[in-house]
Amino acid sequence: GQFLGGLGFVMVEKGTSLLKMMEISVAEAEKRTGKNAVNMQETYTVYLIETRPVDAASEGTNPVPDSLWRRYSEFELLRNYLLVTYPFSVVPPLPEKRAEFVWHKLSADNMDPDFVERRRVGLENFLLRVASHPDLSSDKIFYSFLTEENGWKETVFETGFQAKADSRLKALNATFRVKNPDKRFAEMKHYGDELQSVISQLLRVRARAADRLYGVYKVHGNYGRVFSEWSAIEKEMGDGLQSAGHHMDAYAASVDDILEEEEHYADQLKEYLFYADALRAVCRKHELTQYELEMAAQDLTSKKQQREELATGTIRTFSLKGMTSKLFGQETPEQREAKLKMLETQIEEGEELVKERNAECEEFVKSAWVDIERFKEQKDHDLREALISYAIMQISMCKKGIQVWNNAKECFSKM
Amino acid sequence: LLSQQLRLNERDLHDTTVTDGSSFNASMQTSPASMINQYKFEEDAEDTKDIFVTVDNPESHVTAIETYITYRVVTKTTRSEFDSSEFEVRRRYQDFLWLKGRLEEAHPTLIVHPLPEKFVVKGMVERFNEDFIETRRRALHRFLNKIAEHPIFSSSEDFKIFLTAASGELTSYKKQGPGFLSRMGETVKAVAAAVRGVRNRPQEFTEMQEYVEAFSQKISSLDKVTQRIVREQKEYLEELKECGPTYALWSQSEEELAEPLKDVAGCVDRCCKETEEQVKNLNDNLIPVLHEYALCTETLKAVLRRRDNIQADFEAKTEALATKKADRDTMRDDLDKAEDRLEWANNALKSDWTRWQKDMRTDLRSAFVDTAERNVNYYEKCLAVWESFLHSQRTDAEGNGNVDFS
Repeated sequence: GQFLGGLGFVMVEKGTSLLKMMEISVAEAEKRTGKNAVNMQETYTVYLIETRPVDAASEGTNPVPDSLWRRYSEFELLRNYLLVTYPFSVVPPLPEKRAEFVWHKLSADNMDPDFVERRRVGLENFLLRVASHPDLSSDKIFYSFLTEENGWKETVFETGFQAKADSRLKALNATFRVKNPDKRFAEMKHYGDELQSVISQLLRVRARAADRLYGVYKVHGNYGRVFSEWSAIEKEMGDGLQSAGHHMDAYAASVDDILEEEEHYADQLKEYLFYADALRAVCRKHELTQYELEMAAQDLTSKKQQREELATGTIRTFSLKGMTSKLFGQETPEQREAKLKMLETQIEEGEELVKERNAECEEFVKSAWVDIERFKEQKDHDLREALISYAIMQISMCKKGIQVWNNAKECFSKM
Repeated sequence: LLSQQLRLNERDLHDTTVTDGSSFNASMQTSPASMINQYKFEEDAEDTKDIFVTVDNPESHVTAIETYITYRVVTKTTRSEFDSSEFEVRRRYQDFLWLKGRLEEAHPTLIVHPLPEKFVVKGMVERFNEDFIETRRRALHRFLNKIAEHPIFSSSEDFKIFLTAASGELTSYKKQGPGFLSRMGETVKAVAAAVRGVRNRPQEFTEMQEYVEAFSQKISSLDKVTQRIVREQKEYLEELKECGPTYALWSQSEEELAEPLKDVAGCVDRCCKETEEQVKNLNDNLIPVLHEYALCTETLKAVLRRRDNIQADFEAKTEALATKKADRDTMRDDLDKAEDRLEWANNALKSDWTRWQKDMRTDLRSAFVDTAERNVNYYEKCLAVWESFLHSQRTDAEGNGNVDFS
């Protein structure tokens, strides 16, 4: 398994190729200034991706890792490419673009060092997730993202994924009704909606509670100040008060570490909040392929019906052609012959299309469901770990509290 | 007539005989110096408590003109000056106020423990809600116990009447106090003295005043800080109360995760209950004590003022004697009495100051120790909650042969 950049233990699939070959990390973050697309000065952050062959490390020679700098927008480009190229995969999400669900002490500024640090960890996590995915890890564009500093962007655009991206985006945003979606995917989509809703709610509530907890601890710092001042006017009580005051200060200060740790927990939840989106995208893609199949099938059925009507001369279905022929007289046998022939060709093509789309649909359902199952297992494992680490955090917080107040109690009893 | 004489004498410090017949001073000389020895004697005898007072059982009374609360006051004592060993009476807040007033009048430079305020202005809607009554009841209980523990106050006739007289008796007894005019006379004297101001205040009393000023600020700050903590805790609790249900909601969408999520929801809910308890503790235990000592500082300031007035009176009389030619004998007599009064007042205050400081240390120490203990308790309970969750997850995991917990 892998210890993913401070975010916890993550299960790694057996057959993953890339992580077996190389170690990947996002080691540093740096500020840069440069000119942007519209020739304006901008400040942005770049992240150092380090890779090292696994064998070299185990040999003990420990060579300098290969490294290159990438900025967040390049990560986004990579992910968009993966989304389009592997529509049946639940593609790992990136850390959030802007800080959300923040409680007051935490900055919502993208340049804030704490935010940058958490993003660095999140980006590393993203790379490790991709590198351990059975399908994504062997992608060439991904590999060159990790290893080729220059010209990577051009390579990505050369794949022409953008065109697919545009049409896919259009399709996914359109509303359409599917007659027979695979029930499992419909359930998964619903689950994705629920997961997104409930994690959002949890993150909101947690942030507000963190804010309040901060207040509680910090106010105790005032005890420290007052005890200290009070001890100055007392004879017998002075020492006890003074030392108790120190413990109150320690108590007030302890909340910073507590909440920093909790932020990691929040990040773990956020990852799955964004994963819910990726899951929904896959379900949506299924609907799209299913819809396209149904459209093709519907079209074929209607064409076949037209052929039958033309062949038997009966009009069973209402059609404008039928009406006009009724109004303006029957067509000549030659015309009818020509029409029939055209229909036959169309029907043949239609049948091919339906076969194609059917295969596509089946293929998609098969691949997607495999990845969804893999995702489910990963999610159950990771979130359970997250809950456990939350409990461990609470325990640590309680232990600190017990220690501080026992110390304070001792000082008070000397008053 | 004799009993009336006795009561008047208690208040009139021109005659320093303490005449309510309590056993400890029956055979004693009653000069100020010997009174001080009496204090020390009483302090050592502290552990042999022979009077126990409780305040409980608030009841509401509705009349045509008002609604008020009475409290049951139960006294158990072995003291010989009490006719019986057990008494039960009902008293209202007004009665406590009366008692306090009487004690302050009789002993202007002794420190009477404060009563809870008339009614709290901030955030209080109804005077008679349960929490308010309970808080007041506890404070009244503490007040009477402080009186009972005080070497001088506990043998006060007024205190005895308060504890033992039936309601009707008390009402008529109250009416027998020094008349309005005599009280007015005392007030005028006090105002005159205050205007005059004291010239040569002994250093120790100035130090006392400085201490009281500083202490007053500190205790008031502590009161405010603690109230702020309570407010923040309450707001934290409000948010935390939403966490549990959110985890529970989530568990409904999950299969494998349903169990751990439900467990976490349960843990958070239990921690909520503990937090609620902790807030209640602060409110019920620490805040009332801090509040009382904040009120004490007002008493202390008043006591110091009264002492100053007694000294100012003496200084004025000294001056008068030096300048006036006529009535010198009467004036000398007055001056002697004023001097006695001053010596008495100073010694009484010094002794009671020591006693008060010791009491204050004890009370505040135990209040803070108690708070710290409860906080430890709170964290221990929450710790147990999360540890049991962890334990259940571990046994699950070991069963499934999964995870490494290192």
